[in-house]
Amino acid sequence: MRPASGPNQLLILIPAFNEAGAISEVIREVRQLMPKTPVLVVDDASKDSTYDRARAAGADVLRLPHHLGLGGCVQAGYKLAFELGYEYVIRVDGDGQHDPKFIPDLLKVLRQTGCHMVIGSRFYQNNGAHTSTARAIGIWIFRMVLRPILGQPVLDPTSGFVGVNREALQTFTGSFPLEYPEIEALVVLQRKRFRFQEVPVQMRRRKAGRSTITAVKSVYYVIHVLLGVFVNVLKFEGRRRKE
Amino acid sequence: MERLLDAMTILSIVLMLVILYSVRRSHIRVEYSVSWLAAAIILLVLSRAPGALNWIAAQLGLTYPPLALMMLVFCVFLVVIYRFSVVISDLKDGNIAMAQRLAIVEFQLQNRNEEQ
Repeated sequence: MRPASGPNQLLILIPAFNEAGAISEVIREVRQLMPKTPVLVVDDASKDSTYDRARAAGADVLRLPHHLGLGGCVQAGYKLAFELGYEYVIRVDGDGQHDPKFIPDLLKVLRQTGCHMVIGSRFYQNNGAHTSTARAIGIWIFRMVLRPILGQPVLDPTSGFVGVNREALQTFTGSFPLEYPEIEALVVLQRKRFRFQEVPVQMRRRKAGRSTITAVKSVYYVIHVLLGVFVNVLKFEGRRRKE
Repeated sequence: MERLLDAMTILSIVLMLVILYSVRRSHIRVEYSVSWLAAAIILLVLSRAPGALNWIAAQLGLTYPPLALMMLVFCVFLVVIYRFSVVISDLKDGNIAMAQRLAIVEFQLQNRNEEQ
């Protein structure tokens, strides 16, 4: 992968951990849609053939020496993208849930509005999304908690289908939540008074593999994320006072 | 009370010996042995100074001095554990940053080799 060849260059970032069953198809879809856009897979030390399949499908692969978890994995990709001079990065999950046909929509909003982050939202404009009851309750709690912190509503705070511009990229290279990063990342952005916007997308069922958030982990997930948000707000308040 | 204090003395001496042995065998780095040695010395001093223990118990409003000893033991180890949590967090941050840097450098080296 070469450094960005000009201004406004986009990079597609695909974090992957044990996604050998879906990664080739995801890369193929992205490359079919945007043949000239570089695709970077960040392999979080998968134990299966994710690395080989991603390489065979034509993607560049950043291979982590050991498992860092989703946040560390995505941040590694952000760091490389920033160093190579990319202006925009859109993250697509390696399990096939994010339909690449919505990438141009995310990019268009990033470019036209100048906002720092766009979120592909399954619930925006009532686009017929359905999710499990447990997850729906979790999302509802996060919406209620985030609304006053962010100063604007966010309908799909757990979506990993996100795009960022270079300013947000720079911020995330320095500070990015490690576990379950999506929600805390919004608070990190808010600390910098960055703007975000939601874009309607439809999500698919994962093509292979299992979600990292199992039923047992979901309670831990909610507590962990709320604690992370709380800590980030405290940092935010501390900084405000110093200013 | 006497037996408890004696047991505490033996425990603190054993703790000190174990830590010193571990440092000698390089199982624990010197900087991380300091917290444990300080904890062991505090325990040793308190267990050999019942007067001090009685005074602390009186200050805390405790009628049973061994309870004061237990509370102090708990507080000392709480401080040690907290210190190690800070160290572990710091190590984890460094480890993540290093793993990411290593991956990026390897990636760029591989790219350069493929270009040549």
